[in-house]
Amino acid sequence: MKIAYYPGCTLKTTAKNFETSAIAIARELGIEMVELPRWTCCGTVFSLTADDLIHHVAPIRNLIRVQEMIENGQIEDEKRVLTLCSMCFNTLKRSNLRVKENTEDLKKINDLMYREKDYRAEIEVIQLLELLKEIGFDKLKAKAKNPLKNLRVAPYYGCMILRPIEVGIDDPEDPTIQKDLLEALGAEVIDNPYKKVCCGSYQTVNNKEKVAELAYNILGHAQQEGAEAITTCCPLCAFNLDTRQKEVLKNHPDFQQMPVFYITQLIAVAFGLDNKTFGFNQNYVDPKPLLKKKGLIK
Amino acid sequence: MKKLVITSENIKFLKKINELADQDITLCEQCGTCSGSCPMVADMDITPSQIMRMVQLGDLDVLNSKAIWVCASCYSCTVRCPRNLDVSKVAEALRQVYLRKALDYVEIKKIPKYELVSLPQIAIVSACRKFTG
Repeated sequence: MKIAYYPGCTLKTTAKNFETSAIAIARELGIEMVELPRWTCCGTVFSLTADDLIHHVAPIRNLIRVQEMIENGQIEDEKRVLTLCSMCFNTLKRSNLRVKENTEDLKKINDLMYREKDYRAEIEVIQLLELLKEIGFDKLKAKAKNPLKNLRVAPYYGCMILRPIEVGIDDPEDPTIQKDLLEALGAEVIDNPYKKVCCGSYQTVNNKEKVAELAYNILGHAQQEGAEAITTCCPLCAFNLDTRQKEVLKNHPDFQQMPVFYITQLIAVAFGLDNKTFGFNQNYVDPKPLLKKKGLIK
Repeated sequence: MKKLVITSENIKFLKKINELADQDITLCEQCGTCSGSCPMVADMDITPSQIMRMVQLGDLDVLNSKAIWVCASCYSCTVRCPRNLDVSKVAEALRQVYLRKALDYVEIKKIPKYELVSLPQIAIVSACRKFTG
């Protein structure tokens, strides 16, 4: 299948490893991710004030790009756009929902973008985990020639793929989608209640000490339960949980650093793909020693 | 404790926040679920339910609280409110009252360059959206 793919800015820089591993596993599953031409930043956060329409222009403009891809035949029989980044997913999906439910807002936004063709509000926004679930985790299991045996992983969901309820891809209080996926790949999954507790998000810009404390709680609880690594699908969670371990270590000298994977990196390892697709050089805490110890990579 | 006499100014403020947040904040019954769910509450000067109460009373002092800026819009309160209210929208409305005076809460310029280059763009763009006017 061919599907329109919206990367978003961070997937091209600090989360390049998320993109390369996602494209590689998608290819393995027979999915071609076709990047939107002329995409722009979505704004990263959904505007929460009722009168502020201007900040929905960027997300809707990107959905017009998807509409164009269908019109000119780049994509057939697929009215969905695939996102990887949780923040892009949340922003695009909520803006889309707002114009789907409110024709007056849609008209105003279309009028603002008078040089674009009108958005018809027919596109759906999905996140990669949803697509993988739809394909079936049994199919992923069949592809896992290098099962993640003995690897104790704690899935971390963060906020943006779970909340608010109208955009969430799983139960906001007890999500299991990553657990089901990782178990299918042979990993030992460590479930813990911190999997859905916020990592501090953009507060990392002006309050990194607080974010380091939140990261310490999230990572520490997973470790207490026996986890050796964490998975996520949000580049901001990844930064706060992985790179901020530098600050965590400064404040808590006994803290044992632990790798934070994009879920797609672990899928790529389980599929036994070329190690160039993993992009481990971009992870702050090097996951290679752990994977070598478990005999999962050479 | 200060005595609050509700004037037309207070009522106007409540109406304004109701409108910006698209909520009927008077529906809040002060059960405290939002405060108990908030991952940032330990760093707040007033709790999320206190924010709601102050807005109900039209108390403009809520605009000076640190709490509205500590909120990370994680929507933990949103999914749990038994009255289907959205405190994250109320916090955003309050931040917007300040930011729409073309004021910045965080001066991005003052963040050292070595910090900025290491941050993912989604962090910087979000911070600009939430903290600059």
